Amino acid sequence: MWLTRRQALAGAGGIAAGTMLPGLGMAQQAPQRGGTLTVQLTSEQRVLNPAIQASTGVYVMASKIVEPLVDLDAQGEPVGVLAESWESAPDGLTHIFRLRRGVTWHDGKDFTSKDVAFSAMECWKKILNYGTTLYLFLDRVETPDAHTAVFKFSRPMPQGLLLRALPDLGHVIPAHVYEGTDIRTNPANTAPIGTGPFKFAQYERGQFLMVERNPNYWRGNGLPYLDRIVWRFIPDRAAAAAAIESGQVQLSTYSGLSLSDIARLSKDPRFVVSTKGNEGNTAHTVMEMNLRRKELSDVRVRRALCHALDLDFFIENFLYGYAKLGTGPIPSSSAPFYVPRPAPYPFDRAKAERLLDEAGYKRPGRGRDRFAQPLKLMPAPWGEYTANFATFIQQSLREIGIRVEIESRDAPGWLTGVYRDHAFDLTTGWHQYRSDPAVSTTVWFRTGSPVGAPWTNQYGYDNPEMDRVIDAAATELDPAKRKALYQDFVRIAIEDVPVHMAVEHAFISVYSKRLMNSHNQPRWASSSWADTWLAPA
Amino acid sequence: MRRLGLLALRRLLQSLPVLAIILVGLFLLLQLAPGDTVDALMAQMGGGSAEDAARLRQAYGLDAGVAVQLGRYLLRLVTFDLGQSAIYGKPVAQVIGERLVVTALFMSCALAFAFSAGLVLGVLAARRVNGWPDTIISTLGLIFYAIPSFWLGLMLIVLFSVKLAWLPPGGFESIGAGYHGLARVLDIATHLVLPTVALALIYLAIYLRLMRASMLEVLNLDFVRTARAKGLPEGKVLWRHVLRNALLPMVTFVGLQFSTMLGGSVVIESVFSLPGLGRLAYESVVQRDLNTLLGIVLVSALLVILVNFVVDLLYAKLDPRIGVGQS
Repeated sequence: MWLTRRQALAGAGGIAAGTMLPGLGMAQQAPQRGGTLTVQLTSEQRVLNPAIQASTGVYVMASKIVEPLVDLDAQGEPVGVLAESWESAPDGLTHIFRLRRGVTWHDGKDFTSKDVAFSAMECWKKILNYGTTLYLFLDRVETPDAHTAVFKFSRPMPQGLLLRALPDLGHVIPAHVYEGTDIRTNPANTAPIGTGPFKFAQYERGQFLMVERNPNYWRGNGLPYLDRIVWRFIPDRAAAAAAIESGQVQLSTYSGLSLSDIARLSKDPRFVVSTKGNEGNTAHTVMEMNLRRKELSDVRVRRALCHALDLDFFIENFLYGYAKLGTGPIPSSSAPFYVPRPAPYPFDRAKAERLLDEAGYKRPGRGRDRFAQPLKLMPAPWGEYTANFATFIQQSLREIGIRVEIESRDAPGWLTGVYRDHAFDLTTGWHQYRSDPAVSTTVWFRTGSPVGAPWTNQYGYDNPEMDRVIDAAATELDPAKRKALYQDFVRIAIEDVPVHMAVEHAFISVYSKRLMNSHNQPRWASSSWADTWLAPA
Repeated sequence: MRRLGLLALRRLLQSLPVLAIILVGLFLLLQLAPGDTVDALMAQMGGGSAEDAARLRQAYGLDAGVAVQLGRYLLRLVTFDLGQSAIYGKPVAQVIGERLVVTALFMSCALAFAFSAGLVLGVLAARRVNGWPDTIISTLGLIFYAIPSFWLGLMLIVLFSVKLAWLPPGGFESIGAGYHGLARVLDIATHLVLPTVALALIYLAIYLRLMRASMLEVLNLDFVRTARAKGLPEGKVLWRHVLRNALLPMVTFVGLQFSTMLGGSVVIESVFSLPGLGRLAYESVVQRDLNTLLGIVLVSALLVILVNFVVDLLYAKLDPRIGVGQS
């Protein structure tokens, strides 16, 4: 867990006590059953089936209904959910999962290994984004009995990678509902049947999704505590803040409010504002540089651009302090792989100018531009972080004699412009780290991604040494050696800097102090919320 | 009655070419927008491989050429099939049907409020022209006209929902409250008060200015002098002679502005998170859901045609000199 500077300064009393509630402060207070938790969401997804669509927008709702084989505990270590235990063969080709007994689907049928085999082979391997890559070499899933699933890979799969990927890419759906149907258009995709603590109740598109207590939940012990959870879709961020303030909504996750409202509400004693419980969804705000542009193909120019950005100033003034300096493609929240290192490109305008001079791009005269053509910056449309960062880059590069023109587009337009047409020189985007570098991070640096694949190396970066390290790490079974390989990966990524992982930030949650047992694990918003409860108003 | 039916049919047939041009034009225009609905889905998912994208394009029928897609769409349209919505995975007709109720209710509330309040205030202002009621009403009208509706909406939420806690800050009805009958009607009504006011005030200002000007003009006409000369009480002069004539431009404007209001509802529906057509349209553009967007445009165009037809009928009612359907 890391607190931001602003929180540490502002929240000595209220916020610190608030974030510790679940663990310490109020441990003596017994959980209360009942009540409806209402949650704000900015937008809804097309499906609610995490076995065919891996995205936080799906998890935040569907993970209460559908459960994964494995989740992460408070320390970020894998803990069994539908799998009770697991073991792996030394060659990394066979992974055995022993499944929990006595689990039933919401429609009353028993949960068995057949469901796991079906989900893995038909959904995770064939349809699920990121899953199609992760399970590319998954040959088959054997089911020797109803409570054992044996994953057979044709290429070694590190156990650590599999276990860390499963919370995101390992949700089990009922085979009896999906078998023999078109999985993509099955009605259960928007009315899921799962094994989770909450049952699907009602989904009004454009308005809300409601789930209610599953009385036969396998964890027993009176779980879940809440009667119902309602997600309300409030697209306007200012209106969302009003809904929280008026008490109509008790929780907003994944930075659903504008940063200025978040800063304002952090001073309101009724609310907790924190990044705790979202560490598992750490992202970088990045600057991608297109190496097809002649000037940017010179690494000295790329480094100069990085040195020109006063990121401390940006974080403090644009992001209200809710972020910290990035130190490479593996974020500090990744306990198994992160090795502390300083921010690689500290703000140094003189050095930036010197590097540009060395590269042969001298200022032709006072107030003249170093480059013949301005750089085209196409910011990602992911709200304030990427839009503000684009403006900040434009202003910062102006200072070192580089003119930047900003071209804004909406999401489909941006994806096409950057990842398919490569019609950009610079872009600001988000790099979403997902538990293990092999899931969605190394593709940013590996060559060979087909044109059009979003969030991959589409800036023409090509370093054979980098490819070698990435491939070796993906199949290395020894955790220590794997970690060492990823240090090489980080080092080369920083040296070559085709993409500058400038700022690291976790999503921000804003919630009522009444919300108990919340944000107590690193991907809480995407967890089951079985033990979450609401104190009386 | 039969004449009316024939007239409606003729109107509809006359507008068919316009509808066709709108739909084909929009279809082609949207091809110019970079990215398709699979790109939008990828953005939502946070990524996926190129093979994933290719499979999805095939599933959505986007792997065919533009001409083929347009042909397929028009062929379906002839059989009154609006196609399948990419975002919702349901037939477009069903998706629009669900949203149309909300928008129709919300728009008619706003229109009725703007029209009636504008009318009353306009008449009041005209009767005391240049007096203090006229000054107050005209100033208010100017302020309403100048306030952007999204800002007004947010300020109404801050005042009436956050500070005073009198009205809900958004949504169409209380979720999971299980209201039935009158309780549900009241619940929906309380949810609609703020959005109605936010959308209506700017139109109220327009109607009030229009009504005032129109009243003043009619008041100076000869037949009013005649009415007064034959000894009719002032109330009757206003009600029977002036108002009826002054209403004509108002009614024209309602027909004209209906489409503008449909556009304005996009913003208000977003601010108040109402599940209406406007928000659906916005969502369809952002997600490049072509079928849904074309469906909405078609329905909106039909609505505008319908409203203008009704306006024409109203003309005849208000002023018997105007015939309907006569050349």
